[in-house]
Amino acid sequence: MTTLGELAKLIRSKNAGPFNLTFDIMFGEEETYRRVIGSGAITKETFGRIYNIPEEKILLVHHDAARAIKISIPRPFFSADLGDSDCYGGQQFGPLVDMEIPEP
Amino acid sequence: MAEIRVLSPCGVIGSGFPESSFERGLSLRPHVIACDGGSTDMGPASLGAGTPHFSRSATKRDLRLMLLGRERLGVPLIIGSCGTGGGSAGLNWMKEICLEIAREENLRFRLGLVESEQDKSYLKKRFREGRIKPLDPAPEIDEKVIDRSAHIVGMMGDEPITEALNEGAEVVLTGRASDTSIFACVPTRLGAGRGIAWHAAKILECGAACAVTRKRPDGVFAWIRDDHFAVEPLDPEMRCSPQSVASHTLYENADPFHITEPGGVLDTTSSTYAAESDRAVIVRGSEYHLADTYTVKLEGAELAGYQSVIIGGVRDPYIIRQLDSWLAGMREGFASRAREIFPDRSGVPEYELVIRVFGRDAVMGPLEPRADEVPHEVGILFEVTAGDQETARTLASTLSHFAVHYPIPEWSGLISGLAFPFAPAELDKGPVYRFNMNHVVLPDNPCEMFPIECREVAG
Repeated sequence: MTTLGELAKLIRSKNAGPFNLTFDIMFGEEETYRRVIGSGAITKETFGRIYNIPEEKILLVHHDAARAIKISIPRPFFSADLGDSDCYGGQQFGPLVDMEIPEP
Repeated sequence: MAEIRVLSPCGVIGSGFPESSFERGLSLRPHVIACDGGSTDMGPASLGAGTPHFSRSATKRDLRLMLLGRERLGVPLIIGSCGTGGGSAGLNWMKEICLEIAREENLRFRLGLVESEQDKSYLKKRFREGRIKPLDPAPEIDEKVIDRSAHIVGMMGDEPITEALNEGAEVVLTGRASDTSIFACVPTRLGAGRGIAWHAAKILECGAACAVTRKRPDGVFAWIRDDHFAVEPLDPEMRCSPQSVASHTLYENADPFHITEPGGVLDTTSSTYAAESDRAVIVRGSEYHLADTYTVKLEGAELAGYQSVIIGGVRDPYIIRQLDSWLAGMREGFASRAREIFPDRSGVPEYELVIRVFGRDAVMGPLEPRADEVPHEVGILFEVTAGDQETARTLASTLSHFAVHYPIPEWSGLISGLAFPFAPAELDKGPVYRFNMNHVVLPDNPCEMFPIECREVAG
């Protein structure tokens, strides 16, 4: 088993405005990008299970030119509102790093 | 169409850039120099309190170089979203810095100021007309929300900036503007295709963030031509690759293929990215679809209260294994104690207590999948928010004493269950704000929400 963190060039999260969070999973090589997509490990369903978000709230796109998988969700709290813990949204990607990607 | 060149000295004014990079940018003879000055990234405090994120001296250093560079070439300089939040306070702050530099350097130019702070009676009128619409997700708003906002800005498109340029402005300082508008306005005014101009603007707006590796805040340069644009970092040791440029449309956008602007949507679905050299990238095929209805996004911030916070740590394994019930009991007991110390107030003093457990789920809150794992130590952040600072402080100093000795059944006798790294344990945070709208206005025209003032600056 290989983890997503080992395969990706960059995994990051960030605000997309104060009301949404977006996750970018970017790959250096076309082959790795295709392998991860082909594995079916990163889908709305798997992401929703990890983050406890219903699938209909998840936007997931494959950006071939950037060799990236991009996922966007509404924030559980608006940025810097009482109760929010991550003003920039920069540390929400942690659980993705350890995701296991099956061997091709 | 002749080639149009755009210089972006850095992603945000005040973050700095090497003078050597800026000089290189000037040597490439740009038609415009533009730089963003704001964001909602740092939260609602800048808009709410009207205080900029970057310091005056750092901002002045960057603006001086840009004003002198502009003077040498005789091209427009545009600074967007002044003072981080883009309200009147931020625009005024940047104007004062700009005038001070002009005096020191004996500069003469026509200055355009474009306001974006919104008049509340105008917004309430548009609200009553049904011409304020929610985006998704959006908090509920009504006229009371508009009234209690500390500040509300509209995010301008390119049109008010273009209007200031048409009135002869050579330096344009704006309130809140879309990051892309400040880069797209001159190219579109000079006849560039919308798709190419707006896509170039999207790449330019963060400075060297589109490079493969950004060593430090720095600039980029774009050449906008008939059916494509080329982009290259100004530092010769940095480079753009097709992937790094394509990736930049991902940054801070929910949907990387459709980027909404006030007057339309930048569509990068068919964009192609190719290397022009080992450092420059050419982008083709981007489209811009004009919107049926022109929309101006609102950003509003209101006072959420005044805060005092306490930082503490727990290492006792018995407390940690029952942390939630310990904290719940503490919260309940503290509520009774709070009623005792404000006997003159009928009922409970109004406050909000947020407790975060670092080491468990403080960073991700409800998104954390591993919140049930028991760590060996935790950090606890208590945040008391009340209507005024004195109440928040009073409650926090009561809470720190109450919390440190709050018992667990396993131990008999008085415990001290929290390690405080600071004395006193309580820190006053001052006023805190919240974003209170994610809505758009449907104006009669793109400029009606953004008053423009032009004046001559003579040394």
